Amino acid sequence: MTLALEAIGLGKRYGRTWGLRDCSLSIPPGHVAALVGPNGAGKTTLLKLAVGLLRPSAGAIRTFGETPRDDPSALARIGFVGQDTPLYADFTVAELLTMGEKLNPRWDQAGAKDRLGRLAIPLDRKTGRLSGGQRAQVALTLALAKQPELLVLDEPVASLDPLARKDFLAALMGSVAERGLTVILSSHLIADLEHRCDYLIVLSESRVQALGQVDELLSRHWILVGPRRDDERVAGVDVVVQVSHTDRQTTMLVRSDAAITDPSWTVHAVGLEELVLAYLAEPSAGMLPGPRPTEGQR
Amino acid sequence: MIEFRLAARSNVPPYLQLVEQVRQALRMGLLEAGDQLPTVRDVAESIAINPNTVLKAYRELEHEDLVEGRPGLGTFVIRSLAGPSLASHAKLRRDLLSWLQRAKDAGLDHEDIVALLETTLRSFTSEGAA
Repeated sequence: MTLALEAIGLGKRYGRTWGLRDCSLSIPPGHVAALVGPNGAGKTTLLKLAVGLLRPSAGAIRTFGETPRDDPSALARIGFVGQDTPLYADFTVAELLTMGEKLNPRWDQAGAKDRLGRLAIPLDRKTGRLSGGQRAQVALTLALAKQPELLVLDEPVASLDPLARKDFLAALMGSVAERGLTVILSSHLIADLEHRCDYLIVLSESRVQALGQVDELLSRHWILVGPRRDDERVAGVDVVVQVSHTDRQTTMLVRSDAAITDPSWTVHAVGLEELVLAYLAEPSAGMLPGPRPTEGQR
Repeated sequence: MIEFRLAARSNVPPYLQLVEQVRQALRMGLLEAGDQLPTVRDVAESIAINPNTVLKAYRELEHEDLVEGRPGLGTFVIRSLAGPSLASHAKLRRDLLSWLQRAKDAGLDHEDIVALLETTLRSFTSEGAA
């Protein structure tokens, strides 16, 4: 099985500072992967490396087994929408479509026009005069018209209102269903990722803190609530990700492959947002040993 | 055709919510054998949900022999869950409504009523009376 995206010891240095360092991860094809992390964690750098806009200073990144920066055929299989969905503001939507058609060998012009028609976006309008939601939809349409196998989206919905966000994500999910795309998208809006993303990458200070299929990650994490205790060892628990105390009570978010049987703890399931926030709040704690072998996984 | 929805704050995994909504529609007679379920693409787009989740729900329903996938056509209902009891639903519902009114008159709020129903149902079921 060829991985849709694979980074091995990947690093990018800007002058003396590292924007991303020693990053290793993999995404199997067919997933909608969420990339989350605090500002400055290296998300945008990672995405730009993935689409060949940056050259690694260290390590390697591959998409479908190829190196995007050096290989035009790899680039043809990738669609990219940058932060805040940049478009040439003085071009009309139709002009952008023409440009895309002339620049890309596999361009699906009919599909793109059909899509914009259903969204009631006027083709003769300059993109600078479209609403934020419409611009995002145009950017997504252009990226999809390239007929990519991997779609990379950097904060695509950050500046949109809730309705436009929902519309954008709905269109994205429809396209995933239609074409079996692999998607990687970064976002701060974790609630928006719930039910949409089935793969999660938590990036913190360049390092991958958590990586894997969302339902598998959720089924391996628990919230334990019990009487206060200062000893953080709990039978059967692999890693304590986050812990907080009141004078009487201790609450922990833990990772464990086995069920917690200690009767002094009340055990609760974990939601995606809780899980992500716990890892983000504790950049040093609960570090996963790194990507697990992906052979045999789907 | 039925329309799906997702509860924003629910401990029930999304795929199970979809499965449960189909089962519910089958029990209520809203879906019958031969009816088509919405395509994976339509569900993914209409409620902005990962298509793999929809696929998982449909696979579960296939596993329960409630629906079958017909290649190139879609997913179709092959078995109804509406038993002979469906006819008596309307009367039972009326009885329940008048009971709910009495409970409200007696000063029970929403949570009191749910708690009373749940504990009663639990003891009813555990006594084997069901």
